[in-house]
This record gives sequence, structure tokens and C-alpha cells, in this order.
Amino acid sequence: MMLKKAALAAATAALGFGALTAAPMVHAQDQFVPLLVYRTGQFAPLGIPWADGKQDYLKLVNAKGGVNGVKIAYEECETAYDTAKGVECYERLKNKDGGAAGFDPQSTGITFAVSDKAPGDKRPIVTVGYGLSQSANGAVFEWNFPLLGNYWTAADSIIQDILKKEKGSLKGKKIALVYHDSPYGKEPIPLLQKRAEKEGFQLMLLPVTAPGVEQKSTWLQVRQQRPDYVLLWSAGVMTPTAIREAQATNFARDKIYAIWWAGSDHDVKDIGAGAKGYNTVTIHNTAERDKVHDEVKSLVYDKSQGTAANVASVGSMAHTRGMVISMLQVEAIRTAQEKYGKGKVMTPEQVRWGLENLNLTQDRLNALGFGKILRPIQTSCSNHLGTDWSRIAQWDGAKWNVVSDWYQGDKSMVEPLVKEYADKYAREKNVKARSCN
Amino acid sequence: MFYRENGQFKTSYAADQQIFPIAQDRIAILAILLLAFVAVPLTVSDYTFQAVLIPFLIMALAALGLNILVGYCGQISLGTGAFMAVGAYAAYNLQVRIEGMPLLLSLLGGGLCAMAFGVVFGLPSLRIRGLYLAVATLAAQFFMDWLASRAPWVTNNSSSGSVSAGQLSIAGWVIDTPAEKYLLCLGLLCILGLLAKNLVRSATGRNWMAMRDMDVAASVIGIRPVYAKLSAFAVSSFIVGIAGALWGFVHLGAWEPAAFSLDRSFQLLFMIIIGGLGSIMGSLFGAAFFVLLPLVLTHVPHWLGLPLSTASATYIEHMVFGALIVFFLIVEPHGLARLWSTAKQKLRLWPFPH
Repeated sequence: MMLKKAALAAATAALGFGALTAAPMVHAQDQFVPLLVYRTGQFAPLGIPWADGKQDYLKLVNAKGGVNGVKIAYEECETAYDTAKGVECYERLKNKDGGAAGFDPQSTGITFAVSDKAPGDKRPIVTVGYGLSQSANGAVFEWNFPLLGNYWTAADSIIQDILKKEKGSLKGKKIALVYHDSPYGKEPIPLLQKRAEKEGFQLMLLPVTAPGVEQKSTWLQVRQQRPDYVLLWSAGVMTPTAIREAQATNFARDKIYAIWWAGSDHDVKDIGAGAKGYNTVTIHNTAERDKVHDEVKSLVYDKSQGTAANVASVGSMAHTRGMVISMLQVEAIRTAQEKYGKGKVMTPEQVRWGLENLNLTQDRLNALGFGKILRPIQTSCSNHLGTDWSRIAQWDGAKWNVVSDWYQGDKSMVEPLVKEYADKYAREKNVKARSCN
Repeated sequence: MFYRENGQFKTSYAADQQIFPIAQDRIAILAILLLAFVAVPLTVSDYTFQAVLIPFLIMALAALGLNILVGYCGQISLGTGAFMAVGAYAAYNLQVRIEGMPLLLSLLGGGLCAMAFGVVFGLPSLRIRGLYLAVATLAAQFFMDWLASRAPWVTNNSSSGSVSAGQLSIAGWVIDTPAEKYLLCLGLLCILGLLAKNLVRSATGRNWMAMRDMDVAASVIGIRPVYAKLSAFAVSSFIVGIAGALWGFVHLGAWEPAAFSLDRSFQLLFMIIIGGLGSIMGSLFGAAFFVLLPLVLTHVPHWLGLPLSTASATYIEHMVFGALIVFFLIVEPHGLARLWSTAKQKLRLWPFPH
């Protein structure tokens, strides 16, 4: 009896192992886009609408007939924001169906790990609005594309908005950075330190241990030191916790500026009026609604093929960001097709070329239904970020309103940093920078 | 049938004391080693190396180290993640600060630093036992989490607190393909596994086990508690430190403090409980269970063609995994290693049980 059980167990294990190592099925006619997502774990509230948005846009592209007739195939892989799991997802999907067209890891930690592997595997890494800020330097980071903006441009735009409020001088002011104690949260520090030096304000660094449900001591420091503004680099459960603590310590919510990942509808909805005045910086203008939302509703949700459980999440900021990310990947595929053959499946290298030669004009964006959400973007060999724009959106207790004009990261601040950190990376990693002439 | 031992007579002490006294075992082990070192690198896909075999080997090494401390010496530790982190960060610092530092030396250096760290945090074990000690080793975990994210020199002043390993090479052999990384991990696991096996069969190992079973009696018959406990901490942390360095350098390539969090400590502790406390083999079984099962569970809905959403698949995986752990512990509290030895015992008599 015992033996039978053991034999059965062994057979099952062998079967499982065989299936793990089985070769993937290849569809020659589809372009494969992997979707690394986290629908579980500490960042799930942010990850779910984000993942839904990514998938919804791909469904929309397929509903409209694909990219010049090439349908997009996709598969989700759950990372739970864990680096080791993300690496497993990357390995599992990188060679599927003729090669993954590009990875959006959705996590700074996973980005670090896969950026090491990408050049060898020749797979593009697309990090829209996050990732390694210095990877904007395309000469060193051939395979990384931190499109639309990174944490340095975001931090800089926030400081510009504060400068505007303070009539151009921050001398003697105190600004606190309350951040998730991980690479993600630490990313804006170098830029803020430079800005503090230039503007003469005092920068307080207040790290919060992950996942960030315990912030009593942090806000006690805020209460004691009374900074004039708080910059919040949080995500997931850390965000509502921070807003509630700000309420408890009576710190004015309109003096809080959050990074875009902490500025989504689910972060503030439950707090409602208590979060009134809370500001967030947006990637380009992702708080806006546009034609693409109507199209997703009519072509995907009305045919009951929507990814999200509820159509109401279409138009929420995290969902829109997901759609923007997929749109950029699809447009890179389209750009590549214009060079390498329309209606063909592109290899990952060709998609990389497409990402490097993106040129989304205002007309093109209008045609795609993103005309109000994005401004024109152009990438090049040396500039993998494209064009960064952002605005400030404010929560009025019921919805987000865009309250500022357009900002761009100050080039004199950001570019030297990009150069310095990219050079440091190249030195440590023995990467030879490409020539971009 | 398979384990017919008649005719295998031992005529010397050496023959009687070898690791595998039964000829069939020796043949099987040789076959497994041949398979692992020769056949696997030639046949297996990159994904299997990167996502299955390499994590398995490194986790097996870490579980082996922890098993020496918990399984053989009875000192419960919840600070394994910290010992791994010390190994990883020490190896990283040796690598970036010393020009031309050989990889093997930095791995060993990582192990030695973890060893020193382990001995320091092992000191409370001289005065306290059991649950109290477990809480004391928790301090190691929190201290290391704090150090890695707060002290800039630990991460070589990396602005984001994330560090990444450079190129891996040993004496001109550049380790960049998954198969080469696998061979490196396998080689280290075999060497350290053999060392550990011989240690636990020696006087040192018997000291540890005496400490585990009844420390008062052990000290009465002349076993020095200080020496026994601290040596267990030292050897265990050394092996765990090397495993940590491999986890950072070989598996992740770039890592942040969260890679060695408290979850990692718990995971390793569960590994050896499931695999079998006080057994070298058990460490391997436990690691295999923990690394392979989630992957198999992820793939099950795929094979069955179930249209499960990503989130439900993940939650079901968690539930099944938890249920299996409970089931195994009810069926066999001594872990998978005991199941294996029971099976072997049965096979000795099979097909003619008395």
C-alpha cells in the first residue's frame, strides 16, 4: 500500500517536472506580450487596476484587428511584487511564442534583477514611470526604456509646483520625504538632495518599513519637526495609512504631494473627504479621460470581455496608466513593423528598435484616443525616456481634479544625475556605452 | 529485491563506517551524480535551470546549514534570512572594494563573515533555550534588515539601496550561461554537503546531538556546551552565508534587503521541518518541496485548461500548499526524510515481507 502511494507520488512528480520543462507552443501569427502583474500581495490594490488596464488595451487592439493584422497574444504571470518570483516569470515567458516583445515588470526590485539579464537575452524592459532613473541614458542601457518619466523628473516637478506655491523661494523651508524603505522609495533621494542644496530648503528623510501599515513613529516625527511639505513615495497599503496618520496628526493634506503610484482612486476613495486636498503628480496627464476609455467600454466591456470585475474601474488613474503602458508597447511593435515588414511578427530585437524610434505626434495620439492624456513623445538612441511631462492632480473628496499646468523635470538638475549614475553603473558592470552618433 | 544486502560483508572498520554502507546506495548516488553533473547540463532547458534547479540547489544549501543548527543541535533559529544577507552583502563588498577579487574567495569571505555574525548572535544560546532563543535570533533578522537599508557602506553607497553582482568568473572560466551557474551551485552543494555529512557523523556532530537531546546530561559527561553550541552556530552560519551569497550573485543578480526578509527565515525553517529535522537528506527534500511545488501548482490550471484568473490561481496555490504542509506533517511528523527511510526499510524485505 505504502509502496503504491510512493510510486504514485513519484509518477505525479515526474509528470509535473516533465510539464515544467516542456517546450512552449508556438503560434507563428501572434505577437506575444508578457504581462507581469501583482494581483496579490501587499501592493494588490494598485496592481489589480494596473494589470486590468494593461490587458484591456491589448484586448482593444485585438478587437480592432491587431497591429496591421497581427494579433497580440498575452499571458499574465503573478509576481506578488517579489523579486525571486518576478525572475521566475521573466524566465518562463521570455522565449514564449517566438520571444517576448518586452517586459513591464511593475516593480523596481524586479527591474533591477531583469535589467542584468536583458542584454544577454536581448529582451526589452519597459518601465513606464518607474525603474532605474539613470536608464534614461540609452547609450549605457540599450535594453531599458523608462518611458514618459521617472522618479527624478517626478520629484523635480513636485518641487517646481511647491516653488510656485511659495512664490519662488524655499529658503529655510523644511520638506520631508516619507518613503517606502526599498529601492523604489529611495530612488528620488539623490535629486531631492541636489534640489535642497540649490533652493536652500532642509530635506528630512523619513523611511517607512515595508509594507507600511505601521507609521506612528514617522508621523510623530512629522508632528515634532513640522515640515512645510511632505512628499510621499508610497504604494499599496502604505498610502491610505499615511493619509490617515496625517489626519490624526492634523497635517494639512494639501501640503502632501504623492508620487503617481500613491495617487490612484483606490488610495483615497475610502477616506473620502478626509483626504481632501491631497495632491499627486501624474505621468503626463493620466487623470484625464479620453476617447480610448469610450472605445474600451464599447469594444471590450460591452461585449463582456473586460478584464476588470467592474467597468467602473475604467478611467481610474491606475487603470489608465496600465492602458498607456500597453499602448506604448503596441506602438513600438507598430513602429518596428514599419521598418521590418508590415503584418509580420516582430522579434524582440526589432521591438527594441521600435521602442528606440518611437515618434508619437499629437495627431497620432489623437487618432489613438490618447490626445488629452499624453503629449507627443519621441525617443532616440541616447534618450530612452522620450519626453517627460507631468501635472498635479488634487483630490476634492470625491474625484481627482487636475490643478496645475504642465511641468517638465528641470534638465539642468536631472541630466547631470542621469549621466553620473549611468556612468557609475557602466563602471561597476563593465558595460561599454554605445556610440549614439 | 532492490535492497538485498546478503553477501555484503564488512571486513574493516572503514568499510563499516562509510556514508553509504549498502552497495546499491553507492551505485545509486554515483548514478545521480553522473546524471546531475553530465546529463542534466546537456539536456535541460534554460528555464528549468533558472527557475527550478538553481533556486532548488541554493535553497537546499541554506536548508542544510539551518538543519545543522536546528535539526542537529536543537538551537531554534529565526534569523536565517539575516545570515544569508550577511553572506550576500559581505561577498558583494569584497567583490566591489577589492580589485580582481576571485569569486570563490568572495563567496568564502561571505561565508566567514556570516560565521562571525552567527557566533555573535549565537551567544545568547548559552543562557537561554527554545522559544526564548528563537526570539533572540529574531533580533539578528531585524538588525540585519535595518543595517542593509540604513547603512550606506553595506550597499557601497548605492542610491537606491539595491546592489548587483558583477561578472562571475573563476580562474578565467566565465560563468554566464544558466548551465554554468547550475554547475557552480551544484559543485558547492556537493562539497559542503559532504563536509556537513562527515561533520555530523563525527565527534562534533555527536556533541551537537547530545546537546539537542539533553544538554544537562551532555555537560555532565564532559561535552562543553559553549563549544558545542557555538560551533553549531558557526558551521551553520557559514553554510547559510555561502547560500546567501549564491542567492544574490547567481540567482537574483541584483537584490534589495527585502530579498532576505523574515519570510525567507520562515520559509527555510518550514523547509527543514517538512524535509526532516536532523537529516542531511531532509534538507534536500524540503527544498525540493518548497521550490518545485509552487511551480507545479502554478502550472496545474494551465494543463487542465482551467480559465482561472491570475489572482485566484495564486490564492488556490497558497491554499493547496498550506494544506499539503499540514497533511504531510500529520502523516509523517518526522518529515519527508523519514518517509524515504521507511520506504527503504520496506524495500529491503519486499516482495517477501515477514
